[in-house]
Amino acid sequence: MGQAVPVVELKGITKRFPGIVANDSISLDLRQGEIHALLGENGAGKSTLMSILFGLYQPDEGEIRINGNKETIDGPGKAIKLGIGMVHQHFKLVQNFTVAENIVLGIEPRRGMAIDYRRANDRVRQLSEQYGLKVDPEVKIEEITVGMQQRVEILKTLYRGAEILIFDEPTAVLTVQEIQELIRILRSLAAEGKSIILITHKLKEIMEVSDRVTVIRRGKVVDTLATAETNESELAEKMVGRRVSFEMETQRCEPGGVLVRIDKLTCQGAGKGKNILEEISMHIRAGEIYGLAGVDGNGQKELVEAIAGLRPIHSGSVRLGDSDLTQAGVRERMAAGMAQIPEDRQKHGLVLDFAVSENMVLTAYADDRFGKRGFLNDKEIRRHAVRLAHEFDVRSAGIQVPMRSLSGGNQQKAIIARELTREPRLLIAVQPTRGLDIGAIEFVHERLMQAKNEGKAILLVSYELDELYKLSDRIAVINEGRIMGELEREDVSDEKLGLMMAGHRINGTNKAEVRHERQPEF
Amino acid sequence: MSDNRSFREWSRIFVASSLWVPIIAIVLGLVCGALVMWIGGYNAFEAYGALFDKVFGSKYDIGETVRTITPLLFTGLSVGFAFRAGLFNIGADGQFIMGMTGATLIGIKIDFLPWIVHAPLTLVGGMLIGGLWGALAGYLKSSRGVNEVISCIMLNWIALYLSNYLIRTLVLKPGTQRSELIRDSASMSIRWLSSFMENARMDWGIVVGLICTSLFYIVLWRTKQGYELRAVGFNPEAARFSGINVPKNMLKSMMIAGMFAGIGGVFEVLGVFHYQVISAASAGYGFDGIAVALLGGNHPVGILLSSILFGVLTYGSAGMNFSASVPTEIVRIVIGCIIFFVASQGLIQMLYKPFMARREAKRKEAA
Amino acid sequence: MDWLNDIANLTNSTFVFTTALIFGAMGGLFSERSGVFNIGLEGMMTGGAFGAAIATYYAQEAGLGAASPWIGLLAGIGCGMLFSLLLAYTTVTLKANQAIVGVVINILAVAITLYLVKIIFNGAGDTETLNEVLGKWPVPLLADIPFLGQALFNTYPTTYIAYLLIPLSAYVLFKTPFGLRLRAVGEHPGAADTVGIDVVKYRYIGVLLSGVLAGIGGAAITLTTTSNFSHTTVSGQGFIALAAMIFGRWNPWGVLGATFFFGMAQALRNFVKLYDWSKDIPMEFLYMLPYLLTLLVLAGAAGRGVKGPAAAGEAYDPSKR
Repeated sequence: MGQAVPVVELKGITKRFPGIVANDSISLDLRQGEIHALLGENGAGKSTLMSILFGLYQPDEGEIRINGNKETIDGPGKAIKLGIGMVHQHFKLVQNFTVAENIVLGIEPRRGMAIDYRRANDRVRQLSEQYGLKVDPEVKIEEITVGMQQRVEILKTLYRGAEILIFDEPTAVLTVQEIQELIRILRSLAAEGKSIILITHKLKEIMEVSDRVTVIRRGKVVDTLATAETNESELAEKMVGRRVSFEMETQRCEPGGVLVRIDKLTCQGAGKGKNILEEISMHIRAGEIYGLAGVDGNGQKELVEAIAGLRPIHSGSVRLGDSDLTQAGVRERMAAGMAQIPEDRQKHGLVLDFAVSENMVLTAYADDRFGKRGFLNDKEIRRHAVRLAHEFDVRSAGIQVPMRSLSGGNQQKAIIARELTREPRLLIAVQPTRGLDIGAIEFVHERLMQAKNEGKAILLVSYELDELYKLSDRIAVINEGRIMGELEREDVSDEKLGLMMAGHRINGTNKAEVRHERQPEF
Repeated sequence: MSDNRSFREWSRIFVASSLWVPIIAIVLGLVCGALVMWIGGYNAFEAYGALFDKVFGSKYDIGETVRTITPLLFTGLSVGFAFRAGLFNIGADGQFIMGMTGATLIGIKIDFLPWIVHAPLTLVGGMLIGGLWGALAGYLKSSRGVNEVISCIMLNWIALYLSNYLIRTLVLKPGTQRSELIRDSASMSIRWLSSFMENARMDWGIVVGLICTSLFYIVLWRTKQGYELRAVGFNPEAARFSGINVPKNMLKSMMIAGMFAGIGGVFEVLGVFHYQVISAASAGYGFDGIAVALLGGNHPVGILLSSILFGVLTYGSAGMNFSASVPTEIVRIVIGCIIFFVASQGLIQMLYKPFMARREAKRKEAA
Repeated sequence: MDWLNDIANLTNSTFVFTTALIFGAMGGLFSERSGVFNIGLEGMMTGGAFGAAIATYYAQEAGLGAASPWIGLLAGIGCGMLFSLLLAYTTVTLKANQAIVGVVINILAVAITLYLVKIIFNGAGDTETLNEVLGKWPVPLLADIPFLGQALFNTYPTTYIAYLLIPLSAYVLFKTPFGLRLRAVGEHPGAADTVGIDVVKYRYIGVLLSGVLAGIGGAAITLTTTSNFSHTTVSGQGFIALAAMIFGRWNPWGVLGATFFFGMAQALRNFVKLYDWSKDIPMEFLYMLPYLLTLLVLAGAAGRGVKGPAAAGEAYDPSKR
């Protein structure tokens, strides 16, 4: 390597969106056959940069060179022609098309006027063998697993003859095993001479698989380093811009009695057959943060919905304190002391077109203090909003502006303010720091710890193990709608969680015993 | 403070971004109309002049213009209310027809009540039947997941034929294609006002319409029910997460929308014609209501203003036909063009953005 | 064998009524498969009927004789396309609400055509009756088969084209690259875009095809059924076509079944008018039938599987991919 012409050179790329500079004069080069990681916090500008390389956006300034030639990439079609392929974080697959149809879409093999489906299927099989990406070309996308869908995405780029592959946060939706499989695939692709850009914010993956790392912060390149010559803490510091402690000094206050009892909770899925939640039991104590780990899509969403009253419960029970809420509606559960910080704050937590003040009472407007006999008491609503905005440092151009105009961090603060002021007994927090910058993340973590210390029970659902380690008193793992086990914080290890997330049951806190679920018993 | 607030709320419709679009749309619509007239060999100035002469020509014409405005106001409120809850009520037409039919049947079949009971009863009856028709689409949407646009289109035609059937079999005036006259005890006409307005057909419709316009505002922005409806309209998922019963609110909003349209139909029978005809196609008030609501930005004041505009255009078109011999369809073309321009705001923004930007730049320079 | 003859005639006229519905419904199908919701079908068919009437009228005045209705057919296609271009430009390029623009097209089409008719024919609300319209073309040999010949093989050329349109569309949609791409654009425009398919282009094609077919449908009514154009010529057939498209589950073969069924309802009500006892039948319910059935299918248990193309109704915004 070294003196050869880089396959991709980005020089001084600048991209502005209304109000922000997403990419500020970014330069980066990708060498033939290397795996180049692009590291940065959410919103640092990684995805924008790669969207520019893939022709989804046009840069305002700067130039792109592919194999030494200056190119204008005006659309994905052009990018594909130049040998660039992208595996998107949210898969771009047509659900009711077959695997082969998705792969050949756009450059279909023909026989006469029609698509030659046999050749399409053969070509997909051949590619899948060549790169060790197992798929069945003739099944529909809606019938296959997430891991397999990702392989289809990779095959889509290979079918188009891509030499440069961009992976956008590819591990976010995968199990530990699938991640290992993906890493193997990445290595073999690089060995075949493909050049790979890996967008991620996970340090471990970078250390494991990449050759070089470019760190981006607030739209600017901080540094480009050889992976072998750096370490996780150096990268973290560069990513965040200051020293980060991985440990949080938590005051462990002794939890009180059990406040929330969920027993053998079972929910049915949309289709017939398999239950989407199977006999889930968990007891959460007052003053405790109960962490729920697991790969996205293993029933976390459904469990939270069932507890919050948004999904019918087939059997089992949900109790908060003395009251049995199994059959209660959302409102009743709220009145009994439940509160939720939803995973998707813009979709589920806020009405973006409502004013800030209106959003601050979204879960409380029905209370008598905000108006009697069915009318709204505007004055009280505004007073309430002003107080909350002050206490929780929600920054906006006033409480009458639409929620849409606030930053993500301030929107999240507004939700937390709203829910915590209702003085809940159980707070369900789902991915409460998703997409926030470090400052806002710390704010959220502090508030959660504070709520815990005030004696609230907190169910924390997160896909980030680091977050769970940092905050939880106990951690349970969910896999395919079942709880795989529950560990005290002292007993937690990556290895154990990984096994449980992959569907192996671990018995309680006994460190020695790791039992394979399907192992025959003697 | 409170007054200040409601003034701001009330004037929100008059702020630059939302005011420019409708005004430019109206101007462009009139220009398009002029172009079409020019193509047809008519003098557009003369025609528009004839339109205004017609509308303001006499007390009779003013009265009749008000009569034309009334149904547009009701269907506009109907479409606008559903829009606020996130639903496209293309079915105001059917709801209007059902309101008419209800009023005709109750107005003819009941013959033993005094005015003070019969007339309000007929009004409420027609309103409820219209509301029921709206609620049907709401039910299909909330419980069965049927797109309300499709179900409303189907319900419009079903309403038309059902109404024809009911009139033909129950209250047909022998030898004609219309119903008998309603009883005097159900009439909503205002005789003394009619004779003052040179026999224009005056009725209580516009008064009830103005009351409904205020109710539209009070319900949506002053009550908890309205808060729920608007939350559902903007973001049904967030509404569900905060414990609002979304299907119930969709049903309610369609029912209230249907009631608005139904009242419009009621006054068409009780106040204006006193009978209902069997027809092959609907009068299209419901579709005009879409135009009214869109141009009015789904705000009660906007809806009132735009119903006045469309009412004036519609009634005045007769004058254009009479003195400038322009076919009355020209007004439908103008109305169509206006909604077209409102709907494709991108087009208007392309026109006025550069202008606004220049003004902005000048202001910055000055500062 | 009088009744057998009646049934053959009924079938024959069913197919004549079905013709316009097939064109309309297939028009709607191509548009919605590409992701654009089309309730402007009625307006596009009105445009087609108007264009056909006017062009045929002028062609026959110019002495073009039997070629006139074919010129009319082309003009009908042109007028249908004009309205579909409006839909495509506003909804695809300007990202306007598809349902609203559909309503606008319905309003404008009726108003503009009647306005022009009044201008051209000095204030009359309908065009003069056309002398040159499409005649029935009996298929040699096949038309002589008893019963079947009269029922199926002695009809208008537009009806034959409609027969052929169904298998042709099915082939194009489900077997060719064009069809695969069109459906991809309607199901998941983001997926299509990222493999280099021009979403805007395919949606324009879908919508314009819709205008072409709806235009033929409208022209077929003028040139085979009414022989003139007035405000009642199309009167709701665009909406029945829309219903048929949904009833046929966005599939050409389903559309064939649905349009045949609805066409029969129309033929039947003309047919029974000939008999005295028809006065006792509530005809209104026969008129209502297509709408009622579509509503029931959508609402009923069978309706759970009735889903249109996933992305139909939404403008494609590349910044949200």
